[in-house]
Amino acid sequence: MQCDNCGERPAAVHLTQIVKNSVTTLHLCEVCAAEKGVQTGASIAKFPLSDFLASMGKEAAGALPSGVESEPCGFCGARLSDFRETGRLGCPHCYATFETHLRDLLRRLHGSSQHVGEAYLPPDAGLADRRRRLNELRDQLRRAVEAENFELAAELRDRIRILE
Amino acid sequence: MTLDLSLLPDGGIGWADASGPEGQIVLSSRVRLARNLQGLPFTVRARDDHREAVLEQVVKAGRSTRHLADAAVVRLDRLERSERQLLYERHLVSRELAGLDAAGGVRPASALLLGETLGVMVNEEDHLRLQSLRSGFAVSEAYAELDQLDSELGRQLCFAFHPEFGYLTACPTNAGTGLRASVLIHLPGLVLTKEIGKVLQGLSQVGLTFRGLYGEGSEVVGNFFQLSNQTTLGKSEEELLDHLVRIVRQVIEYERLAREKLLSDAPNVVEDKVWRAYGLLRYARSLSFEETMNLLSGVRLGVALNLINEVGVYTLNKLMIFTQPAHVAHLSGRQLSDPELPMLRAEYVRRLLEEDARRLGGEGPRATGK
Ligand SMILES: [Zn+2]
Ligand SMILES: [Zn+2]
Repeated sequence: MQCDNCGERPAAVHLTQIVKNSVTTLHLCEVCAAEKGVQTGASIAKFPLSDFLASMGKEAAGALPSGVESEPCGFCGARLSDFRETGRLGCPHCYATFETHLRDLLRRLHGSSQHVGEAYLPPDAGLADRRRRLNELRDQLRRAVEAENFELAAELRDRIRILE
Repeated sequence: MTLDLSLLPDGGIGWADASGPEGQIVLSSRVRLARNLQGLPFTVRARDDHREAVLEQVVKAGRSTRHLADAAVVRLDRLERSERQLLYERHLVSRELAGLDAAGGVRPASALLLGETLGVMVNEEDHLRLQSLRSGFAVSEAYAELDQLDSELGRQLCFAFHPEFGYLTACPTNAGTGLRASVLIHLPGLVLTKEIGKVLQGLSQVGLTFRGLYGEGSEVVGNFFQLSNQTTLGKSEEELLDHLVRIVRQVIEYERLAREKLLSDAPNVVEDKVWRAYGLLRYARSLSFEETMNLLSGVRLGVALNLINEVGVYTLNKLMIFTQPAHVAHLSGRQLSDPELPMLRAEYVRRLLEEDARRLGGEGPRATGK
């Protein structure tokens, strides 16, 4: 197995992490591991392993296939090679421009590329969403009143009041 | 513009009051959320007028939120280096925002919005870094408040968000939730029993990272470690926080066991060690910052083990803040480069310890502690 960092020497150190029940492992050769301050045993405390982990983004960016160069980002003009160099993207649009590369990278870094945390609705979309939701609720309320289901109607009225 | 620290809400050290849960072992809990504005380049690639626009929008949006309505707005690009370092030493801004790294210096429009318990770094690596700092082990509380602020700001500002990748950040290591939660924890027991290596290695295997006292890239001094989640994507905010809390609880337990073992295996050695640390701090005439931190670690252990009772944890926390270089310089009106800082530091430490000893009615350093 080759080193994930330099791709040249055989991997000798294996860093394992568990992300969402799936195990990902980073394989490093001794040289790269030493360079990153990866140690075993008690001496680990002396080394800022964090440095290594903090720089993972950059490292992983460097590990993107280097021959590949895609079109620059249409919004900010950043190229994949800029990212490879700095470990930083140019703008939010870069995520769409370099989507395929980034999906792979995100999977390597996080064990997944699918966000499952809080969903964000931008201010306008939030408003449109609320309006749509209100219309639905008013519809349901009308039907509940027609069916003389007053308990449900009262609950729906409460929910409409909150949204309004 | 000069910085008047007394204008900052509680001087930015509310977290140091040691009132939080597990306050003796866990100094503070911090949560931060990375957010960027849609339609603008990320900070590093942005032009100066972009960054000014970001700052203007964030300040305006902040005014309409509950937590930042009366926030102080501190423009770091208009402060002296020593003042920026002061904010950094208070853990209110990052090294990068304060422009303390050799390369670059402070970026135009770098700013800090500071409320009672919450703050927002503006034009850090990401446009916004929302952060909440709490005393003791209170990660969930820190997040709950931050979550409110995030929602309120999100209704005013248009955050960059992608249905698959979540919140978009300048560095892909922060994408998804943009959430980094960390605790500053004191682990002298594990260090002294030489168990720390195993524990830290175990942490990296369960997706946690550790750093020294100052965050990214800093060395471990005084047995203080910052533990935080490593990944930000593929798990919900709650999952990330729960995981961290569960692991930190385990680490606290390990630390307790290590302390018990120390006390039962070598009570005399431990007692001697912590009182030596106290003695040096109480009487030394010159102290480097690093030595101070290491000695404070010993005294803190002594207080936690009830061996030393003439100094409070709050004082120890205060000393950790006010013995840092920019703080010593600020307190004594000297330059950061002043060669007398170690003497002034020792003088300050002596004064605080003396006050505490008098207040807490300890028998003085001649006491045996028991
Ligand atoms: Zn290698
Ligand atoms: Zn771009």
